[in-house]
Amino acid sequence: MDLIANLSLGFATALSLQNLLYAFIGCLLGTLIGVLPGIGPVATIAMLLPVTYGLSPTTALIMLAGIFYGAQYGGSTTAILVNLPGESSSVVTAIDGYQMARRGKAGTALFTAGFGSFFAGCVATLVLAAFAPALAELAFSFGPADYFSLMVLGLVGAIILSSGSILKAICMILMGLLLGLIGTDVNSGVMRYTFGIPALFDGIDFVCVAMGLFGFAEVISNLSLKDKRETFTNKVSGLWPSMADFKRMLPAVFRGTTLGSVLGILPGGGAVLSSFAAYTFEKKISKYSDEFGKGAIEGVAGPESANNAAAQTSFIPLLTMGIPSNAVMALMVGAMTIHNITPGPQVMQNNPELFWGLIASMWVGNLMLVILNLPMLGVWVKLLTIPYRFLYPAILVFCCIGVYSLNSNVANIYITAILSVFGYVLAKLGCEAAPMLLGFVLGPMMEEYFRRALILSQGSYSTFVTNPISLSLLVATAGLITIMAVPSIKKKRQEAFQED
Amino acid sequence: MKIKSQKDFLSGVLLILVGGAFAIGATNYNFGIAVRPGPGYFPFGLGIILALLGIVVLTSAFTSKRTDGDPIGKIPWRPLLCIVGAIVFFGLALPRLGFVISFPLMIIMTAAGGSEFTWKDAVLNAAILTVMSYLIFIYGLQLTIPLWPALS
Repeated sequence: MDLIANLSLGFATALSLQNLLYAFIGCLLGTLIGVLPGIGPVATIAMLLPVTYGLSPTTALIMLAGIFYGAQYGGSTTAILVNLPGESSSVVTAIDGYQMARRGKAGTALFTAGFGSFFAGCVATLVLAAFAPALAELAFSFGPADYFSLMVLGLVGAIILSSGSILKAICMILMGLLLGLIGTDVNSGVMRYTFGIPALFDGIDFVCVAMGLFGFAEVISNLSLKDKRETFTNKVSGLWPSMADFKRMLPAVFRGTTLGSVLGILPGGGAVLSSFAAYTFEKKISKYSDEFGKGAIEGVAGPESANNAAAQTSFIPLLTMGIPSNAVMALMVGAMTIHNITPGPQVMQNNPELFWGLIASMWVGNLMLVILNLPMLGVWVKLLTIPYRFLYPAILVFCCIGVYSLNSNVANIYITAILSVFGYVLAKLGCEAAPMLLGFVLGPMMEEYFRRALILSQGSYSTFVTNPISLSLLVATAGLITIMAVPSIKKKRQEAFQED
Repeated sequence: MKIKSQKDFLSGVLLILVGGAFAIGATNYNFGIAVRPGPGYFPFGLGIILALLGIVVLTSAFTSKRTDGDPIGKIPWRPLLCIVGAIVFFGLALPRLGFVISFPLMIIMTAAGGSEFTWKDAVLNAAILTVMSYLIFIYGLQLTIPLWPALS
């Protein structure tokens, strides 16, 4: 069996002392940041990227992935204990989780979240291991036109995630694509939009974009709001759920895992979307639907399993096709690029130990998180009492050092400063930064495929629709846009993001 | 004609400006032909599409059903200036004054952007973060960062 051979290679890689250590550090840092509100996973990963510069690519990615799902765990802990979702994917967990905590079942809620996430993590790891090779095989048969259409689909799919207007989200993607084109054109060697500034010759570094748009702009936004965070600590007791709770929780965990695994693979899917979907689904089919909002255990089990499953399966499009399905995955593309690895189907052939090691480390990481989180709850809750005025300067200076150490060039710091103002203006205008980051990462690749497709077809645009794969991807894109424009779905989507 | 959504109006203006700027900039580069698209081909197309969509956003600002005017709200000048100022300062100061001097100064500047600024907290924070960052980035990760003022 290939699968077993591959997984054992993966576990051999993931269980090496160094990788275990960095997975652990990643999980720990991720949880830490996940607990702290006001800084999302994108900014976290961007901020901690410099830590990985000196590591081998495999270890670096293992650590970054650890940060990512650590942040999810941390986010749900605070959602339950203090009604403060640390991450947007745990927004729905706060609804019923916090109510459970208020009714004295904080321990049960935490256990449910931990168990659900762990279970989902295990299943998603297997899904990833089973489907990724097949998809990568498929990706090899893709021509340039197909890739171009796939990226269009991925980008359009990604905007389901944005809570604001779809039109503006599309504009943000375009803006990102354009920003991505700044720098030397690979085909002709022409410098585009560089104004003779040497730091722009290689294009804007994506770390600058991520930190400017997410790190700094977020801090400025947070500071303009009044800091009225209440912190109080509940006593957590009775982690183990009763048999009755367990019976209600288990099916919800299964459903959440399935839903999350599927939604995670889809372009634009991801942790946020699946946790919302799982909550709505559980509420709809539950016998206890009147309990939702008042502390229904399914309302914690479903979304928590779903977001963790999706967080992991969203690596599939990245690792097999090189298409990031959300902003975090866009960062992973950047991280891989820094380490000279081009994401795509060839990763599995050229760097099998990276590919399978990363997958195996996800499972290891999930196990670590369960072990790490439950005994350390007290510490995490304590962290919430640190006032924001001490936190944000730390975020800012870490970002600055990260940007500077990219290539020891202060020009990157100035570029980041400009982008953070730009990011803040966009946030003010109700335009979301996430689609822009995706566009930015995909811009150069998209242009490349677009040009190659045209060259191959001798300048005929029909290549995008005569090619069966490309055509079906474009039809899917058109379908997606149509669905989102249907009034009732539009309304639903707005409702779903109301709590955001 | 009344602007019913300030946010949409300004977004539209911004999108048209950015799209237009990229499209105009693209005319400086070789377009090529469809058989062999040049470096100007793709950005020109994208810029035009962006500007056109910007016009749609702009018009939606007048047709919106909102009644509150969807205002952009107050601009928080203090955090904005302090933080961006601190970043730019850090960029200017690091190569000249070195990490040990520019870093704590930057932290105090960013702290001044908050609404609960006190000198005591800011200095304390600067001290802690400088030592911590030194240990993590310079001692631990061995990043090359100038430490002391450049003498030349």
